[in-house]
Amino acid sequence: MKTAVLKKGFLIEKKKSEWRSHELIGFWALRLTLFLVLFILGVIVFDIVSKGAEVINWEFLTQPPRLGMTEGGIFPAIVGTFYVTLITIAFAVPLGVGAAIYLNEYAVQGKFTRLVRMSVRNLAGVPSIVFGLFGMAVFVKLFNFGPSLIAAGFTLGLLTLPVTVTASEEALRTVPRAYREGSFALGATRWQVVRTVVLPRAIPGILTGTILGLARAAGETAPILATGAAFFLPHLPDSVRSQFMALPYHLFIMSTQHHAISQVRPIAYGTALVLLILVCLLNLSAVLLRKRYRNRVAKGL
Amino acid sequence: MVSITEKTMRVIFISCGLAIIIFLAGILYILLSNSMPGLIELGLGPFFAADRWNPGAYGEPSYSLLNMIYGTLMVTLGALIFAVPIGVAAAAYLAEIASPWEREFFKPIVEVLAGVPSVVLGFFGLVVLAPLIARAFNLNSGLTAFNGAILVGVMALPTIITLAEDAITAVPKEYRHASLALGGTRWQTIWKITIPAAFSGITASAMLGMGRAIGETMTVLMVTGNMVARPESFLDSVRTLSAGIAIDIGDVVFNSTHFHALFVAGLLLFLITFLVNLLADILIQRKPEVNK
Repeated sequence: MKTAVLKKGFLIEKKKSEWRSHELIGFWALRLTLFLVLFILGVIVFDIVSKGAEVINWEFLTQPPRLGMTEGGIFPAIVGTFYVTLITIAFAVPLGVGAAIYLNEYAVQGKFTRLVRMSVRNLAGVPSIVFGLFGMAVFVKLFNFGPSLIAAGFTLGLLTLPVTVTASEEALRTVPRAYREGSFALGATRWQVVRTVVLPRAIPGILTGTILGLARAAGETAPILATGAAFFLPHLPDSVRSQFMALPYHLFIMSTQHHAISQVRPIAYGTALVLLILVCLLNLSAVLLRKRYRNRVAKGL
Repeated sequence: MVSITEKTMRVIFISCGLAIIIFLAGILYILLSNSMPGLIELGLGPFFAADRWNPGAYGEPSYSLLNMIYGTLMVTLGALIFAVPIGVAAAAYLAEIASPWEREFFKPIVEVLAGVPSVVLGFFGLVVLAPLIARAFNLNSGLTAFNGAILVGVMALPTIITLAEDAITAVPKEYRHASLALGGTRWQTIWKITIPAAFSGITASAMLGMGRAIGETMTVLMVTGNMVARPESFLDSVRTLSAGIAIDIGDVVFNSTHFHALFVAGLLLFLITFLVNLLADILIQRKPEVNK
């Protein structure tokens, strides 16, 4: 009798430990998938950093390309990307924040807000090359901007709009309801509440979303292919109607379209590294900003 | 005075909301209105004929999108075969097993991967992955559907991981507690309870990853070789719909048949991704619940 119980107890225990070792193997198998993700990212970053770093120096960053783009730097591409992202901000931020304020502060939640939110999500899923087609048909041709900074900036603005709306709405939602109710109770109108109570507290979150959107826009190539990016320009753009050189487009050109591809490979690596650093810095600052303000929200400050 | 400001601000904000709907509808409208002349001139048939995309051919240009549709399908399918199992496994680990510091470590890595511009990924595929593939399979060129599928899978991974993790986290903890209380191990709980409960959300994550894969342009443009011939295997060069548009968009003659044909391709791409995203959207709304 006793031994049987013991035996049984032993059996159960054995089963459990068997499961535990199965579990350990399983958990490690799952953990390995994340190491794979880390590995993939590591290989990409290592390759580009190790080969790009040799090329980057002060001259590379501040000089225009020379000798049919086989020598010199990428200064005009950096400037072009900077200009076009400025226009992207000017387009996407007011609209995106406005829509988010509408959704979160003004609207009665119902069919219309559902439709707006659905549009935001679907706009986020539109392929970037379709934005390119749209930009070409509307901004370049219909509005007659021609291939230009403004046409490309607006196209990229449309593309980043969903990011801005979603992030801004999330930021607005973190402002406690009691703040609004308190101000309403003191007789403030809705706009006064939004302007003086809600927006100031939501600014860090909105900024985070804006930077994330920018990082996306700065790295996009397909939407600017036919809306304003140029192969090579002898001078910097001087108005919003000028064409421009851009980092991602420059990388594309230097790695696939240039007449001496293997000769300009180092320049392509340098361009890739500059672009990668730019995008990573933007993302990093957004992440840090978000962390700081989430902590603040958590502390209830 | 105050009420005028109030009214104006209200109108401004409503217009911003309305603008989003108008933009989405506008994209559809522009695609339709610019592809219509082409569809009227040629009819629907030539776009799906067993032919090649050759709009520049002297005398008899052809506008068949068929091979590009095959190309898109191959790259997308290949990407999903690679990205869905890895993505879901990684999400399950992050949501159910990872310790807080592991999450702190891995989540930013996933975010950084999501931030790598597609053109940089394409460049990597072109200069590093393509020679490797060429050597491994003894090919003249590594610019194949296989190469595109891997890189597009890498692009889709962060989307799948993040959304699948959200879906798994959203499963009410009562489900887990019940399973553990009945003597289930953590492993059993994950595979028999949590993941099945989060199934619709996980499917949605795969679909959104698929949406990204279908629309991905620069990476495939740079790494799949862009041949318009009908692909026979994953080791053939393919041209996808998105890359097909990107190749021609630069020097197409405005309002030519070729121009309208590009919009037909764009419309097709838009409709497919729209449907995929809509389906994902419906799936995401279906969350497991608990009756209390």
